[in-house]
Amino acid sequence: MSAISAAEKVDGFTRKSVRKAQKQKRSQGSSQFRTQSSLVELSPLPQLKDAPTTEQQELFCQKLQQCCMLFDFMDSVIDLKSKEIKRATLNELVDFVSTNRGVLVEAAYPEIAAMISNNIFRTLPPSDNPDFDPEEDEPTLEASWPHIQLVYEFFLRFLENPDFQPSIAKRYIDQKFVLQLLELFDSEDPRERDFLKTVLHRIYGKFLGLRAFIRKQINNIFLRFIYETEHFNGVAELLEILGSIINGFALPLKAEHKQFLMKVLIPMHTAKGLALFHAQLAYCVVQFLEKDPTLTEMVIRGLLKFWPKTCSQKEVMFLGEIEEILDVIEPTQFKKIQEPLFKQIAKCVSNPHFQVAERALYFWNNEYILSLIEENIDKILPIMFGSLYRISKEHWNPTIVALVYNVLKTLMEMNGTLFDELTTSYKAERQREKKKEQEREELWQKLDELRVKETSGMLNNTHSLQNAQNNNNTSAK
Amino acid sequence: MYGRYCSSIVSSAENPVSRRSRKQQLESKMAGADGDDSLYPIAVLIDELRNEDVQLRLNSIKKLSTIALALGVERTRTELLPFLTDTIYDEDEVLLALAEQLGSFTALVGGPDFVYCLLPPLESLATVEETVVRDKAVESLRKISHEHSPVDLEVHFEPLVKRLASGDWFTSRTSACGLFSVCYPRVSSTVKAEIRQHFRTLCSDDTPMVRRAAASKLGEFAKVLELDYVKSDIIPLFTTLASDEQDSVRLLAVEACVSIAQLLPQEDLEALVMPTLRQAAEDKSWRVRYMVADKFSELQKAVGPEITKNDLVPAFQNLLKDCEAEVRAAAANKVKEFCENLPDDSKENIIMSHILPCVKELVSDTNQHVKSALASVIMGLSTILGKDDTIEHLLPLFLAQLKDECPEVRLNIISNLDCVNEVIGIRQLSQSLLPAIVELAEDAKWRVRLAIIEYMPLLAGQLGVEFFDEKLNSLCMAWLVDHVYAIREAATCNLMKLVEKFGAEWAQNTIVPKVVAMANDPNYLHRMTTLFCINALSEACGQDITTKQMLPIVLKMSGDQVANVRFNVAKSLQKIGPVLESTALQAEVKPVLEKLATDQDMDVKYFAQEAISVLALA
Repeated sequence: MSAISAAEKVDGFTRKSVRKAQKQKRSQGSSQFRTQSSLVELSPLPQLKDAPTTEQQELFCQKLQQCCMLFDFMDSVIDLKSKEIKRATLNELVDFVSTNRGVLVEAAYPEIAAMISNNIFRTLPPSDNPDFDPEEDEPTLEASWPHIQLVYEFFLRFLENPDFQPSIAKRYIDQKFVLQLLELFDSEDPRERDFLKTVLHRIYGKFLGLRAFIRKQINNIFLRFIYETEHFNGVAELLEILGSIINGFALPLKAEHKQFLMKVLIPMHTAKGLALFHAQLAYCVVQFLEKDPTLTEMVIRGLLKFWPKTCSQKEVMFLGEIEEILDVIEPTQFKKIQEPLFKQIAKCVSNPHFQVAERALYFWNNEYILSLIEENIDKILPIMFGSLYRISKEHWNPTIVALVYNVLKTLMEMNGTLFDELTTSYKAERQREKKKEQEREELWQKLDELRVKETSGMLNNTHSLQNAQNNNNTSAK
Repeated sequence: MYGRYCSSIVSSAENPVSRRSRKQQLESKMAGADGDDSLYPIAVLIDELRNEDVQLRLNSIKKLSTIALALGVERTRTELLPFLTDTIYDEDEVLLALAEQLGSFTALVGGPDFVYCLLPPLESLATVEETVVRDKAVESLRKISHEHSPVDLEVHFEPLVKRLASGDWFTSRTSACGLFSVCYPRVSSTVKAEIRQHFRTLCSDDTPMVRRAAASKLGEFAKVLELDYVKSDIIPLFTTLASDEQDSVRLLAVEACVSIAQLLPQEDLEALVMPTLRQAAEDKSWRVRYMVADKFSELQKAVGPEITKNDLVPAFQNLLKDCEAEVRAAAANKVKEFCENLPDDSKENIIMSHILPCVKELVSDTNQHVKSALASVIMGLSTILGKDDTIEHLLPLFLAQLKDECPEVRLNIISNLDCVNEVIGIRQLSQSLLPAIVELAEDAKWRVRLAIIEYMPLLAGQLGVEFFDEKLNSLCMAWLVDHVYAIREAATCNLMKLVEKFGAEWAQNTIVPKVVAMANDPNYLHRMTTLFCINALSEACGQDITTKQMLPIVLKMSGDQVANVRFNVAKSLQKIGPVLESTALQAEVKPVLEKLATDQDMDVKYFAQEAISVLALA
């Protein structure tokens, strides 16, 4: 309390960044080991490399069992000796599976799976900061990272070992295992999510039988994220994995995959924290379109449906994604969506937020987009003209005005005659719009009058209706 | 505009071609109606529904009832509803408005006999992706289900529920979960059996979203089932859902547990419900344990006193000692209610030997949310324990919490002083109370200061005027010169409440002199505070004090060099005018206001003129 400066007292508010700095970096533990009763102290086992080959396997399993013991890292002074023994043993195990051949015998698999599950599978604790803003706040780090990191390391080396046999491992790395792994993607610790990403990718690559299941579960996580909780820390990582999965889809695409695109990936654009995973999301969408260009129309119409209405930052992201799509679009597909798309772009170039306007106007620096526009200038120019013409006179930002002039010039060079026609008819067009607007208003006014009349009439009707019903009821008795 | 993309959402069995042709037919009919005044609303609707501006589309949907009214029941049924069913492809916001409108459309389609006409559009809406739209559609469907006759319910409504329950995409199955309980009580026993079967299927659906929806409706559905089926159908479902692999499903089963336990006879609870409840209280996921803690009072009431004594007491102790602060805080919140509802024969014993030790530990918890949750209920224990135990066991805890480092904890204690006052009298606490109040009154966070000000009148009432004058009065005056406006404002309001409590004479002796003295403060904000205080106090102090002591100060301030003070003088005069003697009004107020009305500052002029006209001095 006393640390609060005089300046702060004056306005009573503190800047978020100042408050953040005062807080210490936090780390979190998980609930599980705090429920355990007192631990047995670990005693060091002999080194694996010193053991005779015949005894190596047994020692390996003993060490795996030893590493199943969990420690409380929230208490930094407790069990120091045992913690150090486990750390050294884990290091040795990592080394052992990555440098030796022929050590992964069948009997070791259940021990390995048990050691990994014991260490990494845990209920993630409640977030310390319920309104955690991943863009601004420091993530809470996993307290037991000194051990967990080595366990992940070991897991990866195990999966990547040339002797690794999925046919044996699938008994332990099953659907339940994968489900628990996926839940960990919600970890706040980015280091953990990074390991999980690689691990899951390897599992997807090696266990063909789990692929459909993994996709379905990711699907469920995403749907929950979009429609229920709006909170899941590992969305970007999962999308990154999906990006490479989509890349490997066989053609023609299955209905399941198309459904995933339209019912999961596109609605995902509505999420509040889009900025955190937009790059990965856009990559997935573009991957789909490169696989199957006929999806373009659906995708663009989907994006237009979810176009941000109030968030300019998101609008800039959408424009970025549209440009990525236009980069790979086929001219025939372009024709199908040019009209709705350029209506939206016309709105964007005249956006009062200069970053939105600027991002949209940058489309005209893209050679391929320019060629598409030129091919369809007779369709696009009439859509764009009104907005550009108006904004060239009205926008508050001089950079935007300059960009608009350039765009108008480019468009004029593409079709001078049409451009002149539109310039001359601009005023008349405006007036017609105004008149239409006026007519609409009058129409609604009349309708409202009508309602007043009808409501009074209706009231009488309901009365008689109720009476009739009452009569029916009495007669039924 | 989005017709092609979204046509997949419309679940109508028709093929798109026939749908389009019907739409064209309809549109041509409507277009032809232009000349006729009574028919023209639908033309407007069509036009507006096609408008590119969402807001305009939204407007027309929100006025749907107007249009239906104008069309009459028959055309609403034959033209408007099919048209709406076909056009369900719009933005979610429009769809939400539509779903809501249709819920109260029964009279507009011709009453209960025709209410089934509303089902097709609502069915489509119940399958869309966006949760709010779907939920609203389900809400409307539930609403109109009651308006169906039993026959229509079986012929039209129940088949819809079945279609939704066996839909391909999870959204329709989720929606179905909310509809079983409304149709079950009113259908024949064969249909009932089908409904139970559908519910069972959804409880083991392979998407967790559907299982969550089913779990959240489990309690509601159990309530409409016959007791035998509750035992044979609901209990197995409950047990399965409560051990689901996803904690988000398991925690919903805890909610259902309350309803189910209420339905079962006492002798069945132990075998049918308790194993699951025990398991939930020790779930490995803190979310589930949190839910148990959060629902603890309801659970306690539902299972009755015997099970509470044997099972819930140890479970509650564990929750109070849980390793996650979230769980402990939720449990701490329930301490008072739990103790209150314990069976009378063992209440005191359980509290003293089982609950109080845990509570003592929570007083020094590491997490401030836990402590402040406890502080908000702990005082309530005193009424349960009575005077002696309170003094011996609870008082030390209250005192410890009054000294807590976290202001919220102290505030929560102070805000609940009334419970303790009734049992042992507040004097027991006053020694510790005072430092706590003083510290909160000077807290660096203005919201904390604001909170304590709000308790001042309450404290004053309980501590009495003597104690107040001696210890707290100076604090109340200090707030008047706080650097945050919200505090000064609250302090003014506080003075008014104190005067209401202690009377005008007290005000004259203790408050008014200090307020009046501030009129000479060099800081214009403080001078304005004088005016605000006078505004607040005049009525409570009465005519005499206002005219004799306050008015001269206000009038004197009309010559202030700061315009803000001067126009506040005008405002104050307007405010206290009705309290003043009429002679003073004419002789003293009028000339001052007239002078202010010619001030060079336009705001001063404005408010002076306003006061003149309100006080009718012109």
